[in-house]
Amino acid sequence: MADHPAERPFVVGEWFNRWDLILLPLVLGVLFVFAWASGHVPITISVPRGESISLSPIYLPLYTLKTTLRMLVALGFSLLFTFMYGGLAAKSRRAERVMVPLLDILQSVPILGFLSIIVVWVVSRMPNQQFGLEMAAVFAIFTSQAWNMTFSYYHSLKRLPKPLTQAARVFGLSRWQRFTKLELPYAIPGLVWNTMMSVSGGWFFVVASEAITVSGHQVLLPGVGSYIAEAIAQRNLRAIGWAIFAMFVALMLYDQLVFRPLIAWADKFRSETTAGDEEPRSWMLDLIRRSRLPRRIGRVINEVIAPRIRRFHLPRPQPRLKSIRVKRVVRMSPRLGDAVWVGLLALIGAVTIIFIGRYVFSSVGFFEIGRVFLLGFYTLLRVLVMTLLASLIWLPVGIRIGLDSRLTHRARPIVLFLSAFPANLLFPIAVYVIVRYGLNTQIWLSPLMVLGTQWYILFNVISGASSISNDLREAARNMGLRGWRLWRRLYLPAVLPAFVTGALTAAGGAWNASVVAEIVSWGGRTLTASGVGSYIAEQTTVGNLPRVVLGIAVMSLYVVVMNRILWRPLYRYSAARTEEGS
Amino acid sequence: MSELVELKHVRKEFSGPEEQPIVILDDINLELHEGEIVALLGKSGSGKSTILRIIAGLIAPTAGEVLYRGRPVRGSAPGISMVFQDFALFPWLDVLENVRLGLEAQGVPVAEQRRRALEAIDMIGLDGFESAYPKELSGGMRQRVGFARALVVRPDVLLMDEPFSALDVPTAETLRDDLLDLWRERKIPTRAILMVSHNIEESLLLVDRLVILGSDPGRIKVKLPVRLPHPRNRNSDAFRAFVGRVYDAITRPSEPAVVPLATATLEIGARLPSANVQQMLGVLDVVSEESSSDELELSELADELEMEIDEIFPLVEALELLGFAHTGDGRIRLSEAGKAFLKADILERKPLFRHAVLDRVPIVRHIYKTICAEEDHRVNEEQFLAALNESLSDEEAERVLEVIVAWGRYAELFAYDYDSGEFSLENPTADKVSG
Repeated sequence: MADHPAERPFVVGEWFNRWDLILLPLVLGVLFVFAWASGHVPITISVPRGESISLSPIYLPLYTLKTTLRMLVALGFSLLFTFMYGGLAAKSRRAERVMVPLLDILQSVPILGFLSIIVVWVVSRMPNQQFGLEMAAVFAIFTSQAWNMTFSYYHSLKRLPKPLTQAARVFGLSRWQRFTKLELPYAIPGLVWNTMMSVSGGWFFVVASEAITVSGHQVLLPGVGSYIAEAIAQRNLRAIGWAIFAMFVALMLYDQLVFRPLIAWADKFRSETTAGDEEPRSWMLDLIRRSRLPRRIGRVINEVIAPRIRRFHLPRPQPRLKSIRVKRVVRMSPRLGDAVWVGLLALIGAVTIIFIGRYVFSSVGFFEIGRVFLLGFYTLLRVLVMTLLASLIWLPVGIRIGLDSRLTHRARPIVLFLSAFPANLLFPIAVYVIVRYGLNTQIWLSPLMVLGTQWYILFNVISGASSISNDLREAARNMGLRGWRLWRRLYLPAVLPAFVTGALTAAGGAWNASVVAEIVSWGGRTLTASGVGSYIAEQTTVGNLPRVVLGIAVMSLYVVVMNRILWRPLYRYSAARTEEGS
Repeated sequence: MSELVELKHVRKEFSGPEEQPIVILDDINLELHEGEIVALLGKSGSGKSTILRIIAGLIAPTAGEVLYRGRPVRGSAPGISMVFQDFALFPWLDVLENVRLGLEAQGVPVAEQRRRALEAIDMIGLDGFESAYPKELSGGMRQRVGFARALVVRPDVLLMDEPFSALDVPTAETLRDDLLDLWRERKIPTRAILMVSHNIEESLLLVDRLVILGSDPGRIKVKLPVRLPHPRNRNSDAFRAFVGRVYDAITRPSEPAVVPLATATLEIGARLPSANVQQMLGVLDVVSEESSSDELELSELADELEMEIDEIFPLVEALELLGFAHTGDGRIRLSEAGKAFLKADILERKPLFRHAVLDRVPIVRHIYKTICAEEDHRVNEEQFLAALNESLSDEEAERVLEVIVAWGRYAELFAYDYDSGEFSLENPTADKVSG
């Protein structure tokens, strides 16, 4: 899923562009507004305890259902956002120049750090606090899903094949027809895939957002996440086992009934006009396709209802036969307009920096800022070492699997399933082991960060290896390449771009997970590893908002800088290397 | 005869760097009469497709007027329909849905949409394929869908952008004959067809009139009426003679005063043709083998190489530019240098090519000198791209740079590092050419 095609592979560098410098403070500025709006003083609102959670397994199906519903609602919002934001970014050049880098930054900001701030803000606004909590959870899930879906949609719109857009214009399609007949169908394969990946990632956030601690209060929303939290509080290992089991079943159902049918269905929209070699299959989709009812419903919608709605709401555009003499038009130079636009944004960026600075400095000294940067460095080390370790394990394994087509076929769904499984459900088990054997928390909490995200590496490497051309493999064998040389000359370079994509995703996820992985508890005992993740979590618990903002700002900065100086150049380099030329 | 479409003084520029526009089309005056098929012919870069897209309302001209039935037109007009080179079928719609698309957009009632679409499908010979998706069809059948989709809206004017060039020869032939039958028997409501083509013979089989364009910037060179009787036989003497005339018209410089390319002073930012050395050698080889006088009709050359004019002209131009051949009257003639180059062995060819390139291509000479002048013999491509950019678009500049790199590498003049975009001396110690 190379979302960033290397535009001009031989220009390396460009670590930062001016947009980063403007947009990062802008995003943090919004955050600051949230925090500021919820009051300068540590929050004193009465946070509802929420419903009490029963650990009886009988309630688990209901809890799981509620968790799933939250996910669905968030997904609906994410789709809506995708079409509006992605559509606007793709159609307006000026909006695009801000919206796309902004999306990139939003993608890099650790969302879990937001969670507490959002909850405080929403709850303090909403008259109905239970509803407010639900909205906050939905918003948190939304922020974990929307960005990559939007990117996918935007990229699809930008890549619409010119002949198709021209045909659409020659035949005079209306805007609505353009959307339903051209833009949406073209975007569907990418969008469905990214949506499904978002949902997979989203389980982690639902679980995390159902039980959070704000200024000493634990807030619980009925669901699998709160069930786990309650089980941790009561040190009930059996209940944790039940929760894991329930999630397992829910994910199985989701995989069979939703994920696979959707992926198989989306295949129809793949724009390669040649018949594909390996089509994704789903028994559920076959079932739907073979039964008559859905087809009838579809026909009724298509032929009876849709034309009426269309004619009613959207009169067809009159053929434009206006008498307009085409002349040279004198417009404001686009360069001047751009300059004004950039200047305006730069101004806003600067103002925001000053505001955030004043806000943070009002309660935090230079020493504290230095300390948070150091903590950020610890977390950085953990992320890098853990990503490296996971790569050392999964790179060879993934290549082995990818080279064997039968193994690939079997392994892929399993790995996808594993990546969807919310790793935070497994944390208590790890914590139990650490407490039991008295292990060093600074070291042994680190693996939790990549517990859920390592699968991205494996999945991408399998994909990369399985697409190494047979010709190359035969040529290598013919020349007698074997052992390490074969890996160094063929396998490793061939999977590099896929691997980089996977490692980048895994590392990004690990930053996010640090907020819940660097500080974990078991009953009354809390285990902490020093890092910016545990800092954010701790400051949230005591309700010190300036410090929370500081923690998030530092973490975002680390993530953005790492993306620019490590991942992006690496990706460009590897992509340029594997290009075969036209 | 009344005019269906008329272009008056149409000009098209694309904004280049430094506010300097790049002119694609200049002063195009063209009319499409009722009852005629017209083909636009020209080298690549002559703006044929741009003209078609301006009439279709897909591109707005920078200046000038487009009239459809006497009224100025902007945007897509319902009476003008188009067939695309690579079909432009919507892969997620089946044949029937694809054909219905234009009617749907016009708000035709559903029942009538179906009736008319099925009628068009029948007429074009797609009966039985209504529920197939494009990916299930062969190229020829796909283009039939393209035709059905264009014809179902009952256009007055049918625009065709190289409609047969993505098809294999027998398929293209069948489809072309079918189209001609429909047209001649008046089974389609279309009153005029304008097509863009690469293939001279193909267009001559169809058209009533040829419009030949010159390039840089694209302008109309000559309009040739084609009065051969139908059905036309491509082996008849009259037909062969006409093919020769067309080649002649395309290769002839637009104005008599203009000096031939080879002796003209090329500028640094000249548009070098995309031609690789192996293909150039292939052309030289064919010319010398096919005739004892080292001279050949371009149409024969095209037949011999099984290439179309778009592919041949860059090669011929490059040969002329390097002084290896001359063209005129639709013929190509090898020069002494060209004969020597062809006869040399693999290693001997290198210095011959090196001298030709340094001598006759200023930008290569400029790059070579710049590298030699640098102390470490390394120069980044940026500055050369910038120089090219002054007269060429970004895309063109990069294409020309690719040509330069390929020629320079073959000539062993300089090396180019893909990763860093740096030019360096091939062999820094040896001073091969004193430039």
